[in-house]
Amino acid sequence: MQSNAGLTPSTLSLKDLPWQIDWDIHTCTLCGRCTAVCPVNAIELGVFRKRELHAKPGIPEKPTNTYTIYHGIRQRTDPAYRCIGCAMCNMVCPNNAIRPRQLSESPMLWYHNNRGGQPRTRGGRRNEHGPNLLDQVKFIRISMLTDPALDAGRHEFELKTLLGRILPPEEEINALKTDGWTPPVREIYPLIIGGMSFGALSPNMWEGLYMGISYLNEELGIPARISTGEGGCPPRLLRSRFIKYVILQIASGYFGWDEIIRAIPEMQEDPCAIEIKYGQGAKPGDGGLLMWYKVNKLIAALRGVPQGVSLPSPPTHQTKYSIEEAVAKMIQSMYMAWGFRVPVYPKISASSTSLAVLNNLVRNPYAAALAVDGEDGGTGAAYNVSINHMGHPIASNLRDCYLNLVAQGRQNELPIIAGGGIGKNGNIAANAASLIMLGASAVQVGKYMMQAAAGCIGSEGDRCNVCNIGLCPKGITSQDPRIYRRLDPEKVAERVVDVYLAFDTEMRKIFAPLGRSTSLPIGMSDALGIADKDAAERLQIKYVV
Amino acid sequence: MCRLFSLTSRDPVSPMLAINALNVMKEGHDGSGVGLYLHDLGGPFGEMKEAPILSGIFTEAGLKRLSQTAAEIGLDPKYSMTFSPQTPPPPGTPKRGTYLARAYDIPEAWKGLPADELAQEYTRFRLMLRASGEELGDMQVFSFWPDTIMVKEVGDPLTVGQYLGLDNKDLVARRILAQGRQNTNYAINLYACHPFFLQGVCSMTNGENTAFIPIREYLSSRGVDGYSGYQSDSEVFAHILHFTLKRLGLGLEYYKHIITPLTDEELEGHPDRENLIRLKQACRKLIIDGPNCVIGCLPDGAMFMVQDRKKLRPGVVGGKPGIFAFSSEICGLNAAIPDRDPSKDFQPMHLDTAIVRPDCQEVTICNQMQVLPRLH
Ligand code: SF4
Ligand code: SF4
Repeated sequence: MQSNAGLTPSTLSLKDLPWQIDWDIHTCTLCGRCTAVCPVNAIELGVFRKRELHAKPGIPEKPTNTYTIYHGIRQRTDPAYRCIGCAMCNMVCPNNAIRPRQLSESPMLWYHNNRGGQPRTRGGRRNEHGPNLLDQVKFIRISMLTDPALDAGRHEFELKTLLGRILPPEEEINALKTDGWTPPVREIYPLIIGGMSFGALSPNMWEGLYMGISYLNEELGIPARISTGEGGCPPRLLRSRFIKYVILQIASGYFGWDEIIRAIPEMQEDPCAIEIKYGQGAKPGDGGLLMWYKVNKLIAALRGVPQGVSLPSPPTHQTKYSIEEAVAKMIQSMYMAWGFRVPVYPKISASSTSLAVLNNLVRNPYAAALAVDGEDGGTGAAYNVSINHMGHPIASNLRDCYLNLVAQGRQNELPIIAGGGIGKNGNIAANAASLIMLGASAVQVGKYMMQAAAGCIGSEGDRCNVCNIGLCPKGITSQDPRIYRRLDPEKVAERVVDVYLAFDTEMRKIFAPLGRSTSLPIGMSDALGIADKDAAERLQIKYVV
Repeated sequence: MCRLFSLTSRDPVSPMLAINALNVMKEGHDGSGVGLYLHDLGGPFGEMKEAPILSGIFTEAGLKRLSQTAAEIGLDPKYSMTFSPQTPPPPGTPKRGTYLARAYDIPEAWKGLPADELAQEYTRFRLMLRASGEELGDMQVFSFWPDTIMVKEVGDPLTVGQYLGLDNKDLVARRILAQGRQNTNYAINLYACHPFFLQGVCSMTNGENTAFIPIREYLSSRGVDGYSGYQSDSEVFAHILHFTLKRLGLGLEYYKHIITPLTDEELEGHPDRENLIRLKQACRKLIIDGPNCVIGCLPDGAMFMVQDRKKLRPGVVGGKPGIFAFSSEICGLNAAIPDRDPSKDFQPMHLDTAIVRPDCQEVTICNQMQVLPRLH
């Protein structure tokens, strides 16, 4: 390249990109599928110049050469179009002629991710390699000789949990005797699909998840539940009997709540619960954000907003000034809306203020639970800096909350739902079991479901992460019908069911040797060990090396 | 797995009867310890039913300190039975000092107190002695309660029984719970030895309660004097029973519903479905796990046996009007009551509570699927 060919400070070489495209001229058929499918236009058809030398045998004749051109694939180096490593090109290539490869040492792109002065916004996950703390926890209390271990395959197991405030036994018995009111309680499966909104998810993804949940409940008797996330719920679902498997989420943007309120008189069943979102693990202190790319006609109609504008939910409920007030007002009005029959609980991001929130809830007789979302949570859109650098890990935060309840004698009265990074490295059952034994009544997962049930290709290595701009190559988080029709809802539903069934088996495989089957081993911390002394001390579990 | 044996009899009998029954089940335990609960006493103690009896093991210094402490609060010793074995202890048993059961006249200040306040005073006194004994190593106190004696020691049950001279003709009782092993899951400690006793409520277990830690955390947070110590995972069974009877005011029929509630399917057609679901939810923290056979005795003298949810432990009840026994194995029953009708022996299954009321007339079976007495 000549020196006058527009070199700018942001001109990157191929070597500076974290994802390199390996393209094989010998097997490429130039069908163009890869360039057509690439969600970010990182590759284009290129025309290359070639000089061929013709040297004839024998001395007398001089060698000649010809100049020709050939067609191939060129990787763009403009940071705006950098390859995201999604490997869609490879998935569609008939000959395996193209694939992305991660370049470990190139950090250059990080300095150029803020074109126009805008810091990078992205969807996805935290992008932190290596085993996280939950993966290091071991289960160490195995019944062998002192007592026969249970058989995960043959014995009956009670893998259910309670969502809703549970009165102390004395009060409950008093209420039984005097016919008094007790807060509503739901018996549910301890693995909840956490809030991912209609808007963040494509209609096909949404449908697939909800079909899967309904199948689990109706056909298999597994009381799985799913949270809608902020953004409302399609009116047809609101008025159907399936709404009882759904946790309706309300957040500070109140998106979609007009629809919900309007549907109340026509609802056939109560929803499972109402979740009031104050915060989320991936971006503590930030509200929700649905970027304009995804606000199409349908989403705009459902949320009651104009098309094509970004929809930030503020970080706080703007009509409330304090958690006390928010708890009192929001929780009570939501209770009232459904005649005191539906549990209402807040969701917050794990932080050093979690305990303060918890203590407020303990004193509020209407608070039904607390959902705490740790730093490893995923998101549809957030600032890079929030995803990567903010928040509190879930394990210690949850443990603090649980032990705080224990100290007050309120353990399990206010169930704690833990989320954020469960199954981050694929160990969903082990991670969930650890959290339950650390004190969670249930766990919630989002991105694990996207990866396992819909084939989201995002990884913990900054792969993909374009959920925010509507270009999701798998059609999971896109609102563009040309893209989301790639995703077959039936197949997603099938995978949701697979995930739950496999999870269930693995949970039994963990609980059986620990000798627990009649109730969920919430707080069974004597079964946990870790080879990290500080972590053991912090979590109050055994230190084992 | 340790072996359990208990007796309930119209006429007072010697604890050796129970210890002998344990002895025939010897293969099943390693002879590492013995624990005895004697209630509804005969002999000299039988004449002072209201007087609280302190039972424990004391060194010389401990005995002196006990006398001082008791005198300070106005407890007046009335009658003592001591065992200070002169022979060297059998192998495995440490030399400890004096095994004491001493009945007291209670101080003026306690007289006329309502029953539950008096119970609290008794418990506090015992806990105070236990704590100071643990600090100074001069006393171990197992109970302080009217008409009740507890004995615990490490070693082979029969040998220990002979060594302590438990065949004393003055030591007889109508309710006896006996257990033949030291606790093995946790540290060897006499306080970890079954049976466990609190305010007239007593239980012993063979098995492992894997839900121990969460239950312990829950019970300790209830603010009840006596829900403490926890040297053994089975101690919580006695306290859950105490909680059920005293705090929740429920009858024995409810105990099994608390520790091993019915499944949703079983509750489906249950006449008390609504109440039981709510009870199951509210008392979820008290659900036990792991294989367990629990034998217990209530303040009124009713004796019972329940099994864990999966019925993974053996247990049998049998006898004849006037005397009944609960045993881990039939050979234990045979040894203690050979002339009973064995065809009437009953092995409680996963839904049953087998109860023998204090009149010792029959075994009543209470099944979890049955209608429960009304809450009132
Ligand atoms: S890996 Fe994805 S982003 Fe990169 S070139 Fe292939 S399709 Fe495009
Ligand atoms: S596949 Fe879709 S959902 Fe997954 S990271 Fe990429 S854009 Fe996001």
